Amino acid sequence: MLPNKDGYFDEFGGKFIPETLFFALSELEKRYAKIKKSKKFKNQLDYYLTHYVGRPTPLYYAQRLTERLQGAKIFLKREDLCHTGAHKINNALGQILLANEMGKKRIIAETGAGQHGVAVATAAGLFGLKCEVYMGSEDIRRQKLNVFRMKLLGAKVIPVESGTKTLKDAINEAIRDWVTNVETTHYLLGSTVGPHPYPMIVRDFQSVIGKETKKQAIKHIGKLPDYLVACVGGGSNALGLFYPFYNEKVKFIGVEAAGEGIKSGKHAAPLCAGKIGILHGTKSFVLQDENGQISSTHSVSAGLDYPGVGPEHSFYKKSKRAEYAAVNDKEVLKAFCLLSKTEGIIPALESAHAVAYIVKMAKKWGKNKNVIMCLSGRGDKDMEEIANIFGASL
Amino acid sequence: MNRIDKKFEQLKREKRKAFIAFITAGVPSLEITGKLILEMERKGVDIIELGVPFSDPMADGPVIQKSSHQALEKKVSLEKILLLVEEIRKKTEIPLLLMSYFNPIYNFGLMKFAGESRKKGLDGVIIPDLILEEAQEWKKISIDAGLANVFLATPTTSLKRMKKIAGETRGFLYYVSRTGVTGTKEKIGKKIKEELLSAKKLSGKTPVVCGFGISNAQQAKEIAKYCDGVIIGSAIVKIIDESKDEKKILTQVGHFVNQVRRGMDKK
Repeated sequence: MLPNKDGYFDEFGGKFIPETLFFALSELEKRYAKIKKSKKFKNQLDYYLTHYVGRPTPLYYAQRLTERLQGAKIFLKREDLCHTGAHKINNALGQILLANEMGKKRIIAETGAGQHGVAVATAAGLFGLKCEVYMGSEDIRRQKLNVFRMKLLGAKVIPVESGTKTLKDAINEAIRDWVTNVETTHYLLGSTVGPHPYPMIVRDFQSVIGKETKKQAIKHIGKLPDYLVACVGGGSNALGLFYPFYNEKVKFIGVEAAGEGIKSGKHAAPLCAGKIGILHGTKSFVLQDENGQISSTHSVSAGLDYPGVGPEHSFYKKSKRAEYAAVNDKEVLKAFCLLSKTEGIIPALESAHAVAYIVKMAKKWGKNKNVIMCLSGRGDKDMEEIANIFGASL
Repeated sequence: MNRIDKKFEQLKREKRKAFIAFITAGVPSLEITGKLILEMERKGVDIIELGVPFSDPMADGPVIQKSSHQALEKKVSLEKILLLVEEIRKKTEIPLLLMSYFNPIYNFGLMKFAGESRKKGLDGVIIPDLILEEAQEWKKISIDAGLANVFLATPTTSLKRMKKIAGETRGFLYYVSRTGVTGTKEKIGKKIKEELLSAKKLSGKTPVVCGFGISNAQQAKEIAKYCDGVIIGSAIVKIIDESKDEKKILTQVGHFVNQVRRGMDKK
């Protein structure tokens, strides 16, 4: 089972961190290994996932979308129906229980679109832990609603003005905080990125998505699907869906943000257009220039606006276990409207990337194929940004 | 013998402590960085650390973040910094180290970087995000090239681990005075004395040098009592940032390092 004991998925992963954090990551690794086997922990997490988050989330047959696209049968794994509106809560609750067990009283997190920040603020509030969330000031601008939600939930939102003022810089700032306050603080990383053991922990907590999907597919379709499709920023909803199917004959497709187009250079697609490098403690595909400086990215969705990607995705790419594609902002906005109108489901802009890819491919795949897509979050948070783009006023 | 080792032997004979100065290469320009190296040597600095700018300096505080950003705006790269090392090596034998995050070096190519560095007269490298466990390949390459790879130890490093790090570091052991990022602090923690003494005990013959948060002559003198030297970075970078022109930069920095030197040498 990967990662290996050093935190590597083949050549990807590892721990490229300041020495100060070594003990904290080792402790996290040890405590997680122990807690993972604990029946009590499992029961506790199951309890909250069922009664608080509202799991299992439905697997829904999108009949009208399927008819419209005249191709493969499309099923949606409805993570948008989770409490707080996205899959992020699965990991946030798992890690909060872990932090609580470790006796950490202060929680810090980074957030891009704000979905992870809201999930962490929620879970921390539920357990009475102090919570501070780092968020790029550009993301604060385009995700105002989530900023307000975090504040209502009792978290402090700290604007990050350095660098590109987006997710990558929020992670830098969270790491700086953690280096300083490591003895009292748990860093609740929100995606399958960062140094080992984070990519593994986040994947494990998100795997509930794929485990449920497997059972539901057998029940509703009568067999496993032909394709699994999910958007990839850091890659947590995709790995959550894919990982339990690793040994099955099911094709994985991760969809990155092509922004204004791969050729324009304004995108966030490291798996499609990056090269191997080291960012935020892990070796993986990274968007960087010829001098090894990390590139600035562009995507209409704040949650995918990140120049790196989880090391396990880099491994899936290299070993050809998964395919990765990218769709541009225009295609995403079209798909966003299409799903809203045909199914009455307004997706998050992140999840709309997966929809856009299916719009392109459904017919080609053909009517006898089944595709399951992770609808990772709902679009309420994006209303203001979408209204701006369409020139509407709220 | 490497210039760093030679320098520490010389200091030991003279019963003095090492003063290591850090500046970000290319701020305000590579030309002035070159002049600063010579000026700081004249005013009593023993070893110089040149910071390689990086877009995402996660172990640095606001002062070095800012200078790193300024250097990148001037398109300063690892390649250009190595050319500066080559130039300056014609004029001085002062030990020179680069402090760089791992990605720019990894992107350059480890073998190519080690080869070029040796050719151009660099003496060592400090990579703040490359811990022992991840450094095995680089360690071999750097040793073959005669480059000192300096590892860091911190207050959160266990004694067992510190012993291992002290055994693998080359040049000196960089002891980080506190948990946190680079930057000046008014007070230095009380525990530092014991921590440095135990680091000294574990490191044997390898010199132990303390950095992070040391910003004036008094602090430098106090800390140096318990180890083999101090590193000052942000305080100097700040002076460079606040000085208006080239002449001011050279005189102000020269004045500051001279003060520190005299403070450290005072009996």
